[in-house]
Amino acid sequence: MSIAKNTAKPNSYRSGPDERGHFGIFGGRFVAETLMPLILDLENAYNEAKADAAFQAEMNGYLKHYVGRPSPLYFAERLTEHLGGAKIYLKREELNHTGSHKVNNVLGQIMLARRMGKKRIIAETGAGQHGVATATLCARFGLECVVYMGAVDVERQQPNVIRMEMLGAKVFPVQSGTRTLKDAMNEALRDWVTNVHNTFYCIGTVAGPHPYPTLVRDFQSVIGNETKAQMQEVEGRLPDSLVACIGGGSNAMGLFHPFLDDPSVEIFGVEAAGHGLTQLHAASIAGGRPGVLHGNRTYLLMDEDGQIQDAHSISAGLDYPGIGPEHSWLHEIGRVNYLSATDDEALAAFQLLSRLEGIIPALEPAHAIAKVMELAPKRPKDHLMVVNLSGRGDKDVPQVGDILKGKTK
Amino acid sequence: MTTRIDTRFAELKKAGRSAFVTFLMAGDPDPATSLEIIKALPKAGADVIEIGMPFTDPMADGPSIQAAGLRALKAGMTLKKTLDLVRGFRKDDNATPIVLMGYYNPIYIYGVDKFLADAKTAGVDGLIIVDLPPEEDDELCLPAMKAGLNFIRLATPTTDDKRLPAVLANTSGFVYYVSITGITGAAAADSTAVSEAVARIKRHTKLPVCVGFGIRTPEAARAIASHANGAVVGTALVDALKNSLDAEGRATSKTVNAVAELTASLAQGVRGAQQAAE
Repeated sequence: MSIAKNTAKPNSYRSGPDERGHFGIFGGRFVAETLMPLILDLENAYNEAKADAAFQAEMNGYLKHYVGRPSPLYFAERLTEHLGGAKIYLKREELNHTGSHKVNNVLGQIMLARRMGKKRIIAETGAGQHGVATATLCARFGLECVVYMGAVDVERQQPNVIRMEMLGAKVFPVQSGTRTLKDAMNEALRDWVTNVHNTFYCIGTVAGPHPYPTLVRDFQSVIGNETKAQMQEVEGRLPDSLVACIGGGSNAMGLFHPFLDDPSVEIFGVEAAGHGLTQLHAASIAGGRPGVLHGNRTYLLMDEDGQIQDAHSISAGLDYPGIGPEHSWLHEIGRVNYLSATDDEALAAFQLLSRLEGIIPALEPAHAIAKVMELAPKRPKDHLMVVNLSGRGDKDVPQVGDILKGKTK
Repeated sequence: MTTRIDTRFAELKKAGRSAFVTFLMAGDPDPATSLEIIKALPKAGADVIEIGMPFTDPMADGPSIQAAGLRALKAGMTLKKTLDLVRGFRKDDNATPIVLMGYYNPIYIYGVDKFLADAKTAGVDGLIIVDLPPEEDDELCLPAMKAGLNFIRLATPTTDDKRLPAVLANTSGFVYYVSITGITGAAAADSTAVSEAVARIKRHTKLPVCVGFGIRTPEAARAIASHANGAVVGTALVDALKNSLDAEGRATSKTVNAVAELTASLAQGVRGAQQAAE
């Protein structure tokens, strides 16, 4: 199969998508007809909201007083010393209300849902962070909340299941397929197609049919915009590199997007290499190719017949066989470097950050830290490296505890 | 361009009755049994045969058809083998229209142009691709028309009058009206609502309108067939197939007959209906 590769460099890396939701060949609107009218409504509602200063002002109010933004840009002094190279800053998204970056996007989408008069919210979740954020904002605004979560993930992320239920959400363990994030997304789409008249689908990452990849990116761009201002304030200049983990890629896109047109900034996305790239993993760019799933064309893990393959990662939030379409495009045009970290590397990084900085990261950003451990020592001491600490590790403590006990026995 | 679908609906119109359209998954429960089942359908009363192309992630399908796809994949079914199945069927039957139904990714990976050429040669007449709305017509719909295959579009209760012309613009063969907002195998729509919807679609097109989703019994098939040019049954047939399998999910001596018998009784229901008013 040949890929229509557009090798010409665009004038701006930030102007996409086109009016049909394409980033190069990626993106699009590959959904059932039942959903199409609603997706067009959503696009209109989003365009109106974007142009409405009152919407932005209301959102900024909640971001400040409810979410707790801006999140700090913290100089990780001991990690920097330990690695002996680049000066490492952590963007502390784990300090947001609900414990991850997911809340930035959910707030925006819930405000859109309210604007559209939708009273029932559905979401898919992998690690449970998006589910918790959705359950939280539904509680805050008095909306019905239904969360689909793969049965495997329900097992390994129990603390988040309990949190969602306490917040009043109904959590459905999904038993179909591989019983992880992709199946949760299938089941959420089945619910949506059935209840399209009153239901808003709050997608947790920069994937799905247009306009989701764009609107999720825009709501998450607060991460990169704050980072830019904070770095200017502390160091008086732009950072030299950015590092973030990628499942669907929303925390990464939120950090990267405001910097895409700053050519001096090196950008690294870190996929989950699971047991290793030659074995079971979740690195769609490293091990996949373009295909169509869940409403968009993007890099996917699949067999030669186009059947979607099982992803594997120790981190439920990265355990997805695809990636947001804009990431696929940024990979093809070469603006972002996509790397990968294995389960074992992420576990080592999880422990290192806990011990050196007193910050227990989620297993997802532990993948980003793992690559910082490789990249930072090779860079000079005046190199400014920002890593997105996208979530806190409380949810992973039981799982990691079990793994470490098993290993040390 | 006249396909077997056009010819069949013209014949049925002359005969004054609606079409009975069956759906089964290619390769369910295994490629050989699947071919036997499909060969048995026309004699049992199927006028048009839809064959599902198995996919790991069927987002618009309910549990029965999801499971059918997984059984087929487990038995080694691929898109290439689905085309072999059609070729096998065409050895004995050059009249019954075959429509392949499924999701875009396996076709995209096979290669659109190669797929269309191979499908046409194998004897496929039309395609129904759930995740290709008119907004993505460049992908497959327009090339399919050029290759001489019908591209059959789904219209749904959410497709309003404003949107219908866009949905119908590049549709050929027939229009598939999905009678409910929901997945395959869900509850049936009531026939009054269906009759109104079909009338609405017919104000915009001269194409035959077939109705599917939620039809399980001969009575329901008759009720729908009296309002539309065709009634589509999928999940009920897939369930009959599944109920005939052994504990390991393998075909038994009853499997082909189980599907043929239900097909025959549903076909009787459809034949009992008055032809829908034009």
